[in-house]
Amino acid sequence: MISDDLSIIRAATYHRFLRRRLVAFAVPLGLLVYFAYVFVAFDMGGLWQRMRWDNMTTFLSDSYSYKTHVTRNNRSGEVVVAIEGERKGTYPAGQLPDWVTQSGDETRVSLGGSIFATFAGERLLVERPGEPMLEAWREGGEVRINRAAEEYPDWISYSPTRLDVTTPHGRVSLTRAKTEVFRYFPGWEMFFFTLESPYYGHGLIDLLAGPQLDPARSNLAGMWQDFWGNPIWRHSEVLWALGETVLMAFLGTFGAALVALPLAYLAARNFAPLVALRVLVRRVFDFLRGVDGLIWTILLSRAFGPGPLTGSLAILLTDTGSFGKLFSEALENVDDRQIEGVQSTGANAVQRYRFGVLPQIVPVLLSQVFYYLESNTRSATIIGAITGGGIGLLLTQAIQTQKDWEEVTYYVVLIILMVFIMDAVSGWLRRRLIRG
Amino acid sequence: MTDQTAPGLDRSQAYLALVRQRRLYGSVLTVLFVVALVAGFRVADDRNAGGFWEGLPQILDFPADVIAEAWRRAGELPGLLWHFLPSLIETLNIAAVSTLTGAFIAFFLALLSTRGLARWPRLVPLFRRLMDVLRAIPDIVIALVLIFLMGGGPVPAMIAIAIHTAGALGKQFSEVNENADLKPVEGLASTGAVWGQQMWLGVVPQVAPNYLSYALLRFEINIRASAILGFVGAGGLGYDLRNAISWGMGQFAESAAIFILLFGTIVLFDQLSSQWRDRLIRERSRA
Repeated sequence: MISDDLSIIRAATYHRFLRRRLVAFAVPLGLLVYFAYVFVAFDMGGLWQRMRWDNMTTFLSDSYSYKTHVTRNNRSGEVVVAIEGERKGTYPAGQLPDWVTQSGDETRVSLGGSIFATFAGERLLVERPGEPMLEAWREGGEVRINRAAEEYPDWISYSPTRLDVTTPHGRVSLTRAKTEVFRYFPGWEMFFFTLESPYYGHGLIDLLAGPQLDPARSNLAGMWQDFWGNPIWRHSEVLWALGETVLMAFLGTFGAALVALPLAYLAARNFAPLVALRVLVRRVFDFLRGVDGLIWTILLSRAFGPGPLTGSLAILLTDTGSFGKLFSEALENVDDRQIEGVQSTGANAVQRYRFGVLPQIVPVLLSQVFYYLESNTRSATIIGAITGGGIGLLLTQAIQTQKDWEEVTYYVVLIILMVFIMDAVSGWLRRRLIRG
Repeated sequence: MTDQTAPGLDRSQAYLALVRQRRLYGSVLTVLFVVALVAGFRVADDRNAGGFWEGLPQILDFPADVIAEAWRRAGELPGLLWHFLPSLIETLNIAAVSTLTGAFIAFFLALLSTRGLARWPRLVPLFRRLMDVLRAIPDIVIALVLIFLMGGGPVPAMIAIAIHTAGALGKQFSEVNENADLKPVEGLASTGAVWGQQMWLGVVPQVAPNYLSYALLRFEINIRASAILGFVGAGGLGYDLRNAISWGMGQFAESAAIFILLFGTIVLFDQLSSQWRDRLIRERSRA
């Protein structure tokens, strides 16, 4: 008898172990097959060739450094020094940076590390310590240099139409149309002040303790005005955009919570007045969630146009569905004894809700609402990118120009900071409100 | 006698004063909140391209146009649904692969950032901050940059969502780990099991159902994310939707087909995952 039982148990255990082993084998195998399929379906093999390495280099070097162009127009002989080659960053004549010196027809550019590039009339001279002087000129529509083909070092790339010289901190190029020197500097160009500002190029201590630079305004006020109104970085607009994004998240989240709370009573099993109504409200919640923020955003932007209101309403609609579901579940878990206790003191229906139900659910609901607030800050960024509004719009614009990667980096840093701050604030409020 | 009632009375008065004070704070906060909400909506309304009240009557115009067009070309709908099915599969694949890889990374991050389980206890704060950063970066930021670097297609979206998933699931997983019973781990350690064995045999069996439940919820969220990222150029259904919409009139039947597919998929996976999660929780409470 006992041995019979034992053998049955033994067989069952053996069987269970076999099944476990089979599962332990089948699951990784299934995953492997799936990944192989996706590898083919997504054409990951071709990814390496499609990778834009040049874009990668531009993006990386642009995000932490900028270049100043010294350009000589070889037809007019005019020399222009401009940050990133932009008109807003052009140095006025006579106020060139100290690494560019001009005398007569000669412009001498220091490229750091005792490397110099000189535009001497129509000739380009490049000096590197320990190397013979490189000389280049144009002759009969071709570019010529004073080196024979076999002696090009790896920092020279030459063809009759173009000469390129790379140095550790810069680049020199000569074509028929222009001679150009790029010098790279770490940092973001003109982040605080543009060249037009009298404060450009001065140290902070110098500005705070030094003499008044602009007779019309005090240094501090002027610095603030010039920083805030910086035409290239547009700090004030960026801050407004961040504010818009936070506003979308705030309005969407709390608006949804306010709409969802009364509806959740209708959808909760223990409070719903009518079964049919309860089912209907639940379906409405499912529908609002199922349509999803993307489709709501598209629908609403057709009616209201792009902007923060559209984003707020899109979040509001989606989250009314999510909150409705969560709130009604919280209401279904309410402890009846507290309500009965309040009722036994002769409380009416409103008082029963106020003192019997609300104190039980408010901490749960607020905790969920604040959790959503943080995640909606991210959603608002995304919705802004789709419909046009807030920091999401600035980010997509900066990426689409494919030029101002330092601005993209700036926005990304700000977005991450914004999410961190919202996370910290909502976490702090959540803990405080739950504790009471 | 009087000596005993007086402090009691004091106490009840103090209590009532406290309650009054709290209610005052509560109502002040409520008023401030309502003012902020109303003011916020006015600011948003001002800065929007179209106003709320002007737009409200038109809100049904677009859905009505889409439905009318779809109704007129109802015969083509099944064909269109079939036509967009590969895109739907791509969207689902993006979500699935990014959930799987994200969960895989999250699994290790969570073990490394749970006190009591961590391989290197001193590095716990480091891994926690790492997960915070992974969670904080909106996936659209990573996706847009990656689209610039590797061109459009599903891979940028997949990487972007996987990074976010690793951070989000990592946090939830490590919360689950904190509730894990450490006795099996100690038992295994006493038999000379190394860290990997302790985790795999001592912790994973305890936490697996909760992990699975969070991963399912995340999969559902990732389907939505993958559709949205498609809209900014990362392939899948979202990309088709943008094309159908930006071509304007005459493409409404296509838009309708995509709306139907998207809505149906989201609702289906929402229901499936919530049922599966309920079952996991029930099995767990029975055990």
